[in-house]
Amino acid sequence: MTSAPVLLELHNLACERDERILFSQLNTRFYAGQAVQVLGPNGSGKTTLLRILAGVSREYQGEILFKGELINKVNWEFASELLYLGHLPGVKKSLTPLENLRWYAALQGAVSDAQLLAALEQVNLAGYEDTPCFQLSAGQSRRVALARLEFSKASIWILDEPFTALDKAGIAKLENRLIAHASAGGLVLVTSHQDIRFPQLQTLDLQDFAENSTVGENAHG
Amino acid sequence: MNWQWFHRLGSPRWFYEKTDAWVPWLVILAWGLLLVGTVWGLGFAPMDAKQKDSYRIIYVHVPVAFISMACYYIMAIAGAVGLIWKMKLPYMVMKSAAPIGFAFTIIVLATGSIWGRPTWGTWWEWDGRMTSYLVLSFLYLGIIALQNAFQSRDTADKASAILALVGTVNIPIIYKSVDWWYTLHQPASLNLTSAPKIHISMLYPLFTMIAASYIFFTLVLILYTRAEILRRESKTQWVKDLASGVPSKGDKA
Amino acid sequence: MAKSPSLFGATFRRDLLLAFRHKGEMINPLVFFLIAISLIPLGIGPEKALLMRIAPGILWVMALLATLLSLDNLFRSDFDDGTLEQLLISPHPLYLSVLAKVLAYWLATGLPLTLLSPLLGGMLSLPSGAFIALCSSLLIGSAAMSLIGAVGAALTVGLRKGGLLISLIVMPLYVPILIFGASAVTEAARGNPFDVQLAVLGAILAIALLLAPLATAGALRVSVNG
Repeated sequence: MTSAPVLLELHNLACERDERILFSQLNTRFYAGQAVQVLGPNGSGKTTLLRILAGVSREYQGEILFKGELINKVNWEFASELLYLGHLPGVKKSLTPLENLRWYAALQGAVSDAQLLAALEQVNLAGYEDTPCFQLSAGQSRRVALARLEFSKASIWILDEPFTALDKAGIAKLENRLIAHASAGGLVLVTSHQDIRFPQLQTLDLQDFAENSTVGENAHG
Repeated sequence: MNWQWFHRLGSPRWFYEKTDAWVPWLVILAWGLLLVGTVWGLGFAPMDAKQKDSYRIIYVHVPVAFISMACYYIMAIAGAVGLIWKMKLPYMVMKSAAPIGFAFTIIVLATGSIWGRPTWGTWWEWDGRMTSYLVLSFLYLGIIALQNAFQSRDTADKASAILALVGTVNIPIIYKSVDWWYTLHQPASLNLTSAPKIHISMLYPLFTMIAASYIFFTLVLILYTRAEILRRESKTQWVKDLASGVPSKGDKA
Repeated sequence: MAKSPSLFGATFRRDLLLAFRHKGEMINPLVFFLIAISLIPLGIGPEKALLMRIAPGILWVMALLATLLSLDNLFRSDFDDGTLEQLLISPHPLYLSVLAKVLAYWLATGLPLTLLSPLLGGMLSLPSGAFIALCSSLLIGSAAMSLIGAVGAALTVGLRKGGLLISLIVMPLYVPILIFGASAVTEAARGNPFDVQLAVLGAILAIALLLAPLATAGALRVSVNG
């Protein structure tokens, strides 16, 4: 694993919101081929960390390096290599799944409608491509967003609670997708309230970097 | 090039401790100059031939008008510095400047209105300058309203800094267009600030009052900013020490 | 669509499609414009000469208020459903994406307002010579107002109730546009040339086109972080 190239590198990353320190002294490396689950109790800054890494938020101290370069120097390269799925699914309710995906396809460029339809089929939404999303269930809406993973060319996937609202079959399918992406040399950073377990999954516990972290609390291995 | 002084400027504590010594001097200077200027302007400057004694309100009106405009730019520059260099202190200056600037604009409008009564025979006239200052007061109100709308202080600071910058681009355009609008609708009536042929002996007290007002404004801004610093840094050790009267650590006496 | 579409084009098309799907949001400001203008004669009386005199100013003020009504929608749904975040982190320049959104917004709100204005001008007995001035000044003016208003919408999109606050912070910024827009119509109604006013409106639009999307982009980053 250590011979794999380093995709992301965090140096003394710290985040402070309105005088409250969420985490500090966060030093770590993420390698190509890794799948990492970010752990921590509510309010420990999991979402904040993912938003910082995705470039949604720029409120941080410290350095983030992408392939060895400061992230704000290689913004374009990094953004083109990134797929971020936040708490909010990023699906327009009054558009159909296909129309939603077309906009995402334009973000990345050079994706045909046939590929988009195949992606919808992958997430079991075949036949729904022309149904406006407000008619879909919460789980189906999620899957519209997850269909982006199917045609994405990004190497770094940052997924905040992607398992929300999915049924068992959906969860299993997404887990396999994440494993496949990691084994293909990609990087997956993920948070989840559900228990997800697959052998390749590694963890990063934000409690280790909290302001007044006590070592005894971290019981998990 | 040594940038240390510049980053020190970003430290609220440094500002608080530095200005401690300035405040008494500024108080003496401001009140002294205000007193001299007022007595000079009201008591010793010659009377105007046309407007008689009522012109003397320019000794308040004009300096305050200068400052209410300058204050907006100070606010916007502070906001820009905060946005660019991610410093805390400029935001505190910016937040403090908004209500002060608004208060000064209100004084401009009030004194203008009082002056308008004997000059135009009405309390409010849609005069070009007065209208500009009315719009300026709306701009200040917008900044204050936006600042207060956010729960997160960081967001409030950045949002109002952006609005202040948008305002600075707009102010000259608003000013020019209101001027143009005024000449279009009421050509060549009596203009407050430029019409009376001001004698040189009327100008000296005016300059004194302008200087006095600038110093007074600086003083108020510093005091407001100091209060804002204490409010925002109330959880830090140095403010706690200050509150309990203990000389803080790291202070070289 | 042989070439892969750019984000500018995709965002522009998507927003137009959305505006088309939410026709109500598009039509409401027009209905407001219509009703508000109809209230004027009811309030001050139907005397033609008086209406004719105040028509340019009233039309412009009401048009300005009508544009404020829909402003809150500009980024609101993008913010709520998360597509705004996706726009911010895309490799494409945010300046252009903002421009695409404002352009679509203007086509859905400012342009219909402009097209409706002659009808309302007729209701207020606006002299026929002033119709071209009314339409052209509203065409340029509403575009500039959309751009400047976008800054206000971006600043307040993170607030649960941004609607009234937008009006507060944006209205003073509209003052020059109102002055020159209304003046163009007034001069045209008197049979005078109004090209200077249009030129100034054009200059304001050019400045807004250059700077407003920058401020909007910055404001969006702040709001999404908040």
